[in-house]
Amino acid sequence: MKTKTHPLLGFHSLLMMLFIYVPIAFIIAYSFNSSRLAADWSGFTLDWYVSLFKNRRVIEALSNSLIVAGVSTVVSTMLGTMAALSMRTLNRKMRAGMGGLLYLPIIIPDIIMGLSLLVLFTQFHIPMGKLTIILAHITFSMSYVYVVVSTRLAGMGKQLEEAANDLGASAWQTFRYVTFPQIMPGVVAGALIAFTLSLDDFMVSFFVSGPSSTTLPIYIYGQVKRGISPEINALCTILIVVSVTLILLAQYILNRGKGQKKQSVLPF
Amino acid sequence: MRKSSLSVLPVLLWLGAFLVIPMLIVVGMSFMGRDATGGVVAGFSLSSYARFFDPLYLGIYWDTIVLSVLTTVICLLLSYPLAYYIANSGPKKQTWGLILVTIPFWINFLIRTYAWVLLLRTQGIVNNLLVDIGLIQEPLQMLYTRGAVLLGMVYTFIPFMVLPIYVALEQMDKKLLEAASDLGASSWKAFWHITLPQTKSGIMTGSVLVYVSTTGMFVVTDILGGAKSAMISNVIQAQFSGARDWPFGSAMSIIFVITSLIMIALFNKAMTSRHLKVKEGR
Repeated sequence: MKTKTHPLLGFHSLLMMLFIYVPIAFIIAYSFNSSRLAADWSGFTLDWYVSLFKNRRVIEALSNSLIVAGVSTVVSTMLGTMAALSMRTLNRKMRAGMGGLLYLPIIIPDIIMGLSLLVLFTQFHIPMGKLTIILAHITFSMSYVYVVVSTRLAGMGKQLEEAANDLGASAWQTFRYVTFPQIMPGVVAGALIAFTLSLDDFMVSFFVSGPSSTTLPIYIYGQVKRGISPEINALCTILIVVSVTLILLAQYILNRGKGQKKQSVLPF
Repeated sequence: MRKSSLSVLPVLLWLGAFLVIPMLIVVGMSFMGRDATGGVVAGFSLSSYARFFDPLYLGIYWDTIVLSVLTTVICLLLSYPLAYYIANSGPKKQTWGLILVTIPFWINFLIRTYAWVLLLRTQGIVNNLLVDIGLIQEPLQMLYTRGAVLLGMVYTFIPFMVLPIYVALEQMDKKLLEAASDLGASSWKAFWHITLPQTKSGIMTGSVLVYVSTTGMFVVTDILGGAKSAMISNVIQAQFSGARDWPFGSAMSIIFVITSLIMIALFNKAMTSRHLKVKEGR
């Protein structure tokens, strides 16, 4: 519904958008700036991208990030989807408890999650590395997958599954040919979100990564604390483009079905 | 229990092993002692909690609470009008507004914080601009100040405030506004007595998200703040990485979580009583 709004409101909103996007625009612009001393514009260059991809530590961080994101996406998508599906079979009391548990990773502060996992891994003598980062990422990604898939399930109804059942389909056949195709967009969107979350995570990874398992955000943190190099602008630009593209893709896939209620990829 | 509900077990076990048990260990560790080499000693002791009552740590925690409350209030004041504008726009503008507000969620906060280093440092864009237009002669020290930390926090968490408020505005019963205007209420009065109370769930969700996230965010202070702007999360992080006093770090984490819960409860109560007063006043 459109109601009349005060012109000042529009002006305020415009300023807010500038506030949000101008800093980001500067990072992107300066990744193409040929000056090493950053603040002044002295011509267009792709040098920082070239030197970025010649930097062995960046390539190693990139491959670590991709391995971690790949593995944790597969596992958390399976677990999150399973959680969403099995929630429907629980009674009300168990569903409430389980729902609360599944929302915990979204609600508890990242710092608490990170340090508690650090304590856990140390107590059980699990050496910090890619494995511990993967375990941590699965734990928080799973909840986001669960939220997306269960919203999709909620809008679906059980009639088709019941019909398949009445027509003699086995439980597996029902799942394979009726349930899964319907929730597929939710599962794919959930997986894309899990991948992005893993690729972007710093706070939790910071606590559970070992010296030999630097991921891209951890590498960026180290560089930013040491000072600025134009390579970092290039690396940040790449991460911005990748994350935003994956999320817009998730949003698109989730809402592609006709007649579906519009969904957002955010848990609000 | 039906056979199919057994499929909930793997998820339950996973969350038990990597979420519940680690947090219980942290609670347990907060009551343990520490030996001279930084190892953790089994046994029951309240010394970590007692240590927190050192004026140094209490001071840091007080500063953290002040900064977090300030961040929350500024975010609320900046975000409500924006959410209101988006919610009351036409469908196309609304979709775009939402997308634009959502995008920063998916840009790493580390990168967004770093953007402010580019802008604020002595040789940075803002200083150069101010010098160029002749407003100042010498570059200002903007980075590594408390102001920079506050700015960075507000910048990071604005989307956390806009979206819940937008959702609340979307869901409110707009017929009440028509009724109010039919009965002769000014638009300001209608906003105050109808829109604001009806969107309090959004205000609450947003404020809780912003408050808790600000308190737990050690990176913004680390990158934009100076030595004097340490927050409780920086101290906690230091106990786990550098200083290696895990019982103390655990105790501070527990205090952090409990005080956050208390703040949320107080806020919740304040919001409810205000809402009731509005109802009674009708």
